[in-house]
Amino acid sequence: MTERSRSSLRGIVLDEQVTFTLRELSHACGVRTELVVEMVEEGVIEPAAELEAEWQFHGDSLVRARRALRLVRDLEVNWPGAALALDLLDELERLQNR
Amino acid sequence: MKFKDYYQVLGLARDASKDDIKRAYRRLARKYHPDVSKEADAEARFKEMKEAYEVLKDPEKRTAYDQFGANWKSGQDFQPPPNWQREHSFGGGSFDDAGQFSDFFESLFGQARGGGFSFRTGSRRAKGEDINAAISIPIEDAFRGASRTITLEVPEADASGAVTRRRKTLNVKIPEGITAGKRIRLEKQGGPGFGHGGFDESSPGDLYLAVEYEPHPFYRPDGRDIHLKLPVTPWEAALGRKVKVPTLGGAVDLKIPAGSSSGKILRLKGRGLPGKPPGDQYVELEVMVPPAEDVKMRELYETLEREHHVNPRAKLGV
Repeated sequence: MTERSRSSLRGIVLDEQVTFTLRELSHACGVRTELVVEMVEEGVIEPAAELEAEWQFHGDSLVRARRALRLVRDLEVNWPGAALALDLLDELERLQNR
Repeated sequence: MKFKDYYQVLGLARDASKDDIKRAYRRLARKYHPDVSKEADAEARFKEMKEAYEVLKDPEKRTAYDQFGANWKSGQDFQPPPNWQREHSFGGGSFDDAGQFSDFFESLFGQARGGGFSFRTGSRRAKGEDINAAISIPIEDAFRGASRTITLEVPEADASGAVTRRRKTLNVKIPEGITAGKRIRLEKQGGPGFGHGGFDESSPGDLYLAVEYEPHPFYRPDGRDIHLKLPVTPWEAALGRKVKVPTLGGAVDLKIPAGSSSGKILRLKGRGLPGKPPGDQYVELEVMVPPAEDVKMRELYETLEREHHVNPRAKLGV
């Protein structure tokens, strides 16, 4: 069965132009906020700013957090291991795009 | 349905130890994990491995699976024995997303239901499956913005509650200025959510669409900036001339400073991809030397050679 929608769906581009609060980021990742706090404490993701004592995350953090969650779950690595893998993958991508 | 040889999937002998199984899974998972791997079929291969590991790491499931013995081969037609359901009771997989395992798995071990994964919210209501997809667009579409039709497979529950996958076509807006590697998040366009014993439309998952550019014959994008190699003649470079340069927004005139050489980079501010701020276009000059293929050209080159002595290799000490 195929479903077709006529008008174009408009999504948001996950870049530095969009921000998420801790709650929004946790919801988007489908995890508890404590887990996102843990990711920040372990240096996997970094809040872009703090607004009225609340963290603000860029769209890239959502992409990175989701990848980290999958790596931790599927490869049975810990947070620093996932962060290292993501840093190296980013670097690899950067070099390949040159 | 087809039989699946889980030992073969993980490259193991049937008498593999618990440690062997873990080692094999981890080694293969590192190679084929969709977040890490560049292999074309990584996603499908990884799903297979995950399913195989789910069965073989669990002594109860492994013992039950081993009853089928080594005579069964992957791809053979298979039906579970008639009394199977009565004799075994499994809670399905511990996969965090329903509908990820094969029919073969589900006929033996039941359906995976949401909430099994410890990262999940803990309540029995869980968000539906997030779907990852990718599209490749021409860089011109990223410059102007475009609409693209994509087809996805999303999980869906039929009347009996069994999970099937269905094709869904979406028309998605590609916003202008999107850079390669960025993801578009389309909220609630993923798989349906699931609550107590069934799907629940209230909290569907999201769709993440990774955008890549198709290779372009002359534009090399770097974020919002565009790099271009511009061929020029020796006299255009030496004398300084105005030449046409293609940009995503159309051709523009560029003044080449007199005395330029190959490798000189000129910037066209704001002529890259749109954004806040917009990207720039970097034009690298590449002096093309026309061949001395007729008498006239030969004479001109010989005049230059005779009247102007220069050693371009002086810095090399020769």
